[in-house]
Amino acid sequence: MFTEQQTSALSIRGLRKAFDDVVAVDGLDLEVLRGECFGLLGPNGAGKTTTIEICEGLTKPDAGTVELLGLNWNKQANELRQKIGVQLQETQFPEKLKVEEVLTLFRSFFKTGLTVEQSITMAQLEEKRSSRVGGLSGGQKQRLAMACALVGDPQLLFLDEPTTGLDPQARRNLWDLVDELKRSGRTIILTTHYMDEAERLCDRVAVMDHGRIIALGTPKELIALIGGEQIVEFATGAATPLDSVQLTGLPGVHSYRMHAGMHQLSVSELHTAVPEIFAALAAQQQPLTQFRTHSATLEDVFVSLTGRNLRDE
Amino acid sequence: MSSLSSSSLYQLTAQRFRLFFREPEAVFWIFVFPLLLAVGLSIAFRNRPADVLQVGGTTTQITQALNADKGLTATTLDEADGRKSLALGKILVLAVQQPGSVTFYYDDTNPDARTAKLIADHALQQANGQHDTVATKNEQVHEAGARYIDFVVPGLLGMNLMSSAIWALGFAIVEARQKKLLKRLVASPMPRWQYLGSFLLSRLLILVVEVGVFLTFARLVFGVPFRGPIWQLTLLCILTSLSFSALGLLLASRAKTMEAASGLMNLTMLPMWILSGVFFSASRFPHVLQPIIHALPLTAAIDAIRGNMLQGLDFSQLLVPIAVMLGWLLICFSLALRIFRWR
Repeated sequence: MFTEQQTSALSIRGLRKAFDDVVAVDGLDLEVLRGECFGLLGPNGAGKTTTIEICEGLTKPDAGTVELLGLNWNKQANELRQKIGVQLQETQFPEKLKVEEVLTLFRSFFKTGLTVEQSITMAQLEEKRSSRVGGLSGGQKQRLAMACALVGDPQLLFLDEPTTGLDPQARRNLWDLVDELKRSGRTIILTTHYMDEAERLCDRVAVMDHGRIIALGTPKELIALIGGEQIVEFATGAATPLDSVQLTGLPGVHSYRMHAGMHQLSVSELHTAVPEIFAALAAQQQPLTQFRTHSATLEDVFVSLTGRNLRDE
Repeated sequence: MSSLSSSSLYQLTAQRFRLFFREPEAVFWIFVFPLLLAVGLSIAFRNRPADVLQVGGTTTQITQALNADKGLTATTLDEADGRKSLALGKILVLAVQQPGSVTFYYDDTNPDARTAKLIADHALQQANGQHDTVATKNEQVHEAGARYIDFVVPGLLGMNLMSSAIWALGFAIVEARQKKLLKRLVASPMPRWQYLGSFLLSRLLILVVEVGVFLTFARLVFGVPFRGPIWQLTLLCILTSLSFSALGLLLASRAKTMEAASGLMNLTMLPMWILSGVFFSASRFPHVLQPIIHALPLTAAIDAIRGNMLQGLDFSQLLVPIAVMLGWLLICFSLALRIFRWR
């Protein structure tokens, strides 16, 4: 028990939450270690935000327990709020307040924490300190939200879709900021539906679908789950159906699936597998109309687990 | 950072102030609008010097005789033109010379016309040699406190306290809820009572300016009387503002959109604008409505303020309106805290 408290930043057991007749979280168990950057991944409606808002103490679960930093919401809510940092989806700060005024306000809620100055520097908002919120770009507003989450110097940080709606440059800036926070030893729990973001930032990810965790591990482990690090995608112009069993029997080919009108094979060694695939398709009289390969991503993991794209919904 | 300026209640209140003063429209509605309204009403309902009444006569002798009285201005007209002017309201009385007599044409349902007829009759009699049998003297009286402006200033004050409290709270809270700022704030260790407390504090501070400017203006420009104790008037204004803040809090406690909230606020305020005696006495409404009218917070507020300013009443004589306001304050506040939606 003692050692678990030492190492575990977040511990969820049997978490369940339904809104009216929609089950948002359906029996969730999760352990996040201190110092980890953990990603909750999944399509919209998978239950990521509900899960994270229960962890933040904003939503009461129907069943299950949540323990953060060895504390829980029923008894130590005030203490917990002092120790965590929160960035919610779509918070709009008052447009007529200045950046430093917003941060001074949020800093005043915490007993200890960074100085307003430090939080401005961390979020790279130095040039915007006296600008009104209404005059900030989307990326700057998001960095202000991050600064508000950081100003209490939290050990545990919750980021709910931190880069949704940002342009690529602003996303990369925010990723750099998260990297810096990881280096300073904070535990970070973030939700995203961008696979590249999860691969880039997270030590471990949990893939969620319909309120459950369907896969859990490091991005590498998850990609290894589908059997190969490479994905071969092709389409053929033949009227006769493809013999997929023959293809999966080829050396280095691990699995076959049909996805979005394309045949997909997960493959471990491209240089040996691809000639074999060409030969087999020629033998089956399947003339290729498209052929491409890419390194397997978490997106492929999700597709192979659910048969759906992440952003289908 | 000093300990005061790093306290969250101070910061929340300071934030309310900044947001208020950075909203020019809000400043206009709260500070300037009641002044403009008071000026406008005082012009419309000013106590004019007794009017010179317009009359007409069909002969120059009549006209001369009528003009001899300072209260009348007479013009000479033939009978047809005179009747036309009478119909158009340009003159109030037409005196027509008949063989051996004078006939007055006038509308006897119009008090001004009756007055003009009496003066005209008197002037003609005097011109033809009649003398007053009793010597009389006139002394004119314009008593401060009995004028329309004196009546309407407390009404406007009460109305302004109501709308500024309800709008300030309702608007800001619903906006914060709609923009998910409330949710973000309760995810932080902010003590929730301080958020609501900051509204009351900033209201009270703005109230000092708001009421001060308005009453000073009313005193200096119109000479509106302050017959009751000023400190009691101050407390009455504070109580009024707190009651309406609690009402505003209640109105804003659930609404998720500005549209819903402003509908609710207008629905609450409109009956009070009409019924509570802002512009005319609430006693003009039927008897059956009186208990309801007097249970309204604005009626209570205005009654209490009028009682203090115009009649010089003490708290002990204003217990009923004070109790009504306290009741609204307590009920609305406790209900609002119970049903308040933080997200």
